[in-house]
Amino acid sequence: MLLQQLINGLTLGGVYALIALGYTMVYGILELINFAHGEIYMLGAYLGIIILAFLTAAGLTAYSLPLSLFITLVLTVLFCSSYGFTIEKIAYRPLRNAPRLSPLISAIGVSIFLQNYVMLTQGATDKVFPSVLGSGGFEFFSTRVTYLQAAIIAASGIIMVLLHLFVMKTKTGKAMRCVAQDKVMASLVGIDIDRVISITFIIGSGLAAVAGVMVALYYGLVNYSIGYSAGIKAFTAAVLGGIGSIPGAMLGGVVLGLAESLGASYISSEYKDAYAFVILIIILLLKPEGLLGKRREEKI
Amino acid sequence: MLKLENIHTFYGPIEALKGISLEVHKGEIVSLIGSNGAGKSTSLMTISGVVAPAEGSIILNGATIFGLPPHEVVRMGISHVPEGRRIFPRLSVLENLEMGAFLGRGSFEEILGAVFELFPILKERSHQQGGTLSGGEQQMLAIGRALMSDPEVLLLDEPSLGLAPIMVTKIFRTIHEINSRGKTVLLVEQNARAALKLSHRGYVIESGAITLEGKSEDLLKNEKVKHAYLGE
Repeated sequence: MLLQQLINGLTLGGVYALIALGYTMVYGILELINFAHGEIYMLGAYLGIIILAFLTAAGLTAYSLPLSLFITLVLTVLFCSSYGFTIEKIAYRPLRNAPRLSPLISAIGVSIFLQNYVMLTQGATDKVFPSVLGSGGFEFFSTRVTYLQAAIIAASGIIMVLLHLFVMKTKTGKAMRCVAQDKVMASLVGIDIDRVISITFIIGSGLAAVAGVMVALYYGLVNYSIGYSAGIKAFTAAVLGGIGSIPGAMLGGVVLGLAESLGASYISSEYKDAYAFVILIIILLLKPEGLLGKRREEKI
Repeated sequence: MLKLENIHTFYGPIEALKGISLEVHKGEIVSLIGSNGAGKSTSLMTISGVVAPAEGSIILNGATIFGLPPHEVVRMGISHVPEGRRIFPRLSVLENLEMGAFLGRGSFEEILGAVFELFPILKERSHQQGGTLSGGEQQMLAIGRALMSDPEVLLLDEPSLGLAPIMVTKIFRTIHEINSRGKTVLLVEQNARAALKLSHRGYVIESGAITLEGKSEDLLKNEKVKHAYLGE
């Protein structure tokens, strides 16, 4: 029972962490809470279903399921990354030097726009689709783990390790850290700030797209409003871990997923959505900068 | 080599530079002295593209760099060490230096060797986080980082600010050393005496305009400079 809930929690946590990374990376660089980020995840879930349905109709899924899942993932990431890139360019970049509230309002606007755009084109009701993966699984210490759960946990783990290596070791990753620490100085060493910001949005949106596809496969249904609740939770995860901190977002996502899953099974599933926020409040009371957040010293 | 003509720069409605013209020749150290708020830092930031000038011209080696964004100006061969050092605190010393070489001008290993030779302490601390260095070491790191892009012109903004006297002497000696290795330097300083002693020529800037220019030894003897900036 406990192990079962831990596995459920890790699955959920992996998804939250992937979305939370997008919030935290953008915040780290622009100090902007990108409220449209949850919508990118929702678009990813829709696009995943649409592309997979298309591939299934074309007969590819019957031919090779892994190949068709791979193509779905790649195409969805490409689509969502270009959404993220475009949103930054048209909705945030022109407001770069505006008061801080303006891009925030713009983000909320983009979020409302995307929700309604999907609602009008895809309908307001849940879209359910038959599981292509079946419910295959294996026994793990006498606990049942589906292949999909194992895949979600493994994929989010691998993606997070890769992202960490990218940010710590590559030149572009180091440039991102420079821009996060001091934008003016970053430009004085020759870093093109606009380019780094675009890359950040592209990566963050790509991660949300992966999360979207995984959730669509996991639950087998999507709705135009899923971006809102997942967005709020992932944002909570980012704050919990320390907003701006990449390892923090990963940890926050996992903590949140576990809290939800354990709370739902041991306390009451009625309050499933409340546990995340209870944990957030407790942690912020004890450690206002979040689990792995760094206290920002005021610049003189 | 670097020539500014009639530069006007605004912060909103405030005109910070009111038609500055100055020139730095190859191999020179030129100092720009003046009191707080006179426009010294703004002049450097205008050259490096951090603030955009409204009108005028900035020419480097015959090419205009007026209105270029900072990362393009670095590519052209100007490196700016801003006031307050601004090292990347959560990057290691070595990573700070690597970022200085972001554009890959010149050979990394060679320049890194030269920077470590100038500042042996940076080699010792290369794996320490930038933020853990002392003020003087941070200034060395900031200068070292600027050298990593193999610039032709080095812009230094108040390198002595907030440092202990012994460290100030050390930094000024290093600037002399860097210059004798062929880098052209434009130096902004409040410590006018030290700056003029180090430099070949100087400009005096007052409320956004150049009021005096000449050889450093002449400026050091000038009654007005003595009275206003040297405290004599």
